[in-house]
Amino acid sequence: MSELLIIAVGAILIENFVLVKFLGICPFLGVSKKVETALGMGMAVTFVMVIASLITWLIQTFILKHFGIEYLQTIAFILVIASLVQFVEMVVQKTSPTLYQALGVYLPLITTNCAVLGVALLNIQKEFNLIQALVYGAGAAVGFTLAIVLFAGVRERLEYANVPKSLRGFPIALITAALLSIAFLGFQGLTF
Amino acid sequence: MLNQILVPVVSLGGLGLVFGSLLAYASHKFAVEVDERVEKIIEALPAANCGACGYAGCAAFAAGVVAGDVPANGCPVGGNAVASEIANIMGVTAADVSKSIARMLCNGTCEEAKDRYEYFGVSDCVAAAKLGGGQKACQYGCLGLGTCVKACQFDAITIKDGIAVINEQKCTACEKCLTACPKQVIALISEKNQTWVMCKSKDNAKEVRGVCTTGCIACKLCEKACKFDAVHVENNVATVDYKKCVNCNQCVIKCPKKIIRGKTRNEKAFIEEEACIGCTICKKQCKFDAVEGELKTKHRIINEKCVGCGVCAQKCPKKCIEIK
Repeated sequence: MSELLIIAVGAILIENFVLVKFLGICPFLGVSKKVETALGMGMAVTFVMVIASLITWLIQTFILKHFGIEYLQTIAFILVIASLVQFVEMVVQKTSPTLYQALGVYLPLITTNCAVLGVALLNIQKEFNLIQALVYGAGAAVGFTLAIVLFAGVRERLEYANVPKSLRGFPIALITAALLSIAFLGFQGLTF
Repeated sequence: MLNQILVPVVSLGGLGLVFGSLLAYASHKFAVEVDERVEKIIEALPAANCGACGYAGCAAFAAGVVAGDVPANGCPVGGNAVASEIANIMGVTAADVSKSIARMLCNGTCEEAKDRYEYFGVSDCVAAAKLGGGQKACQYGCLGLGTCVKACQFDAITIKDGIAVINEQKCTACEKCLTACPKQVIALISEKNQTWVMCKSKDNAKEVRGVCTTGCIACKLCEKACKFDAVHVENNVATVDYKKCVNCNQCVIKCPKKIIRGKTRNEKAFIEEEACIGCTICKKQCKFDAVEGELKTKHRIINEKCVGCGVCAQKCPKKCIEIK
């Protein structure tokens, strides 16, 4: 049990996907102008990451490993994630229009999100079992959500801040992201 | 050797096949019925996803139209063409999208308006306006340093003889120049209203004469000339009430300073004689006595008197009067 906790905390804080591993930077910068949309994106990523962790782990163990073709990991996982997102989108649209509205355009955006692929590949690299893989996926997603929501909050305030003209917009956003990243590096020393 | 090729191909191909068929099945099983009108409207829209309509994108706008939240002419980019196409899809008639045009409210060129001092600073109206309100002696006038020209993304504004000139055809009514101008000497006026006053000066006649030969001196000749009670002198400057103005150009003709702009085309009313029933409504409505003819006889327009204001055409019960 404590082992799972360590994996979760590690994925959320110490090895935060966005701010420490630098995965999924595109949505991190693209959808972080408002806290509300950032939260929507975070939810969608969480949803997909957990399911992707599950399916890719199964595929890795029962197909790739079984036939000894682990070198096809990347392409197989991309295939899985892309079709999975499409499938989930269809199901959600049919069964829960409210959730579909809430996730909106973010769901299709995740199709090629490198953070999701990263989770799938790291699960295998770290030789997790199924439960550990799921926890790691969920932790990574929560970490992503945490990072993007924090960043969106900062950016919302930046809108009203007196920023030098040449730094307005993306330049200051990138500097902010770097500072956030440095702050998260502080968790490196966290041990249990 | 064969295995090394066959196994990956079969397993990966198999995976693709499984997912493909799963998706195909899902798209069938979980198909959500979308109103076909939404799809059609999306096709009709400019697909710029610019958000000018207030919706998140063209698809959201289309859904809004079908839901009845916005009228068919809600897309400001597409204009009349798109509006009528959407109206066709929805089976309603679209009210015309009335376009607006940015108009200059100052006519004080270098020759007409005096300067207080010579300005040698940055060529920017905002900068000049900070130096005691700008170099123009009239504190309301166009400074002509081209801040609006820089703001305009459509090349619609040029500086000519020291004031901005707006090209009607190129103007898209984006309001960029309105916010850029420190003197607020540009206003957005609907295309239908072709009469406007090219002066903003609230100074009295004596002061205006002192600084500009083409400023409004509040002589009220326009007010008297207007038969529709649409022009009034308020705060020493003539203003047009667009609820009442019919573009008859009478104020334009009477203005001694020639600062009221009016329609450029010389329009007249024409009566389609076959349809006219001689009801005399147009004759009674005409404020210029330009209609002749007795009850039950065909009416005629006296061309010299007609100003093309269109009041008769609006009131004609048979809709047989045309303005052209």
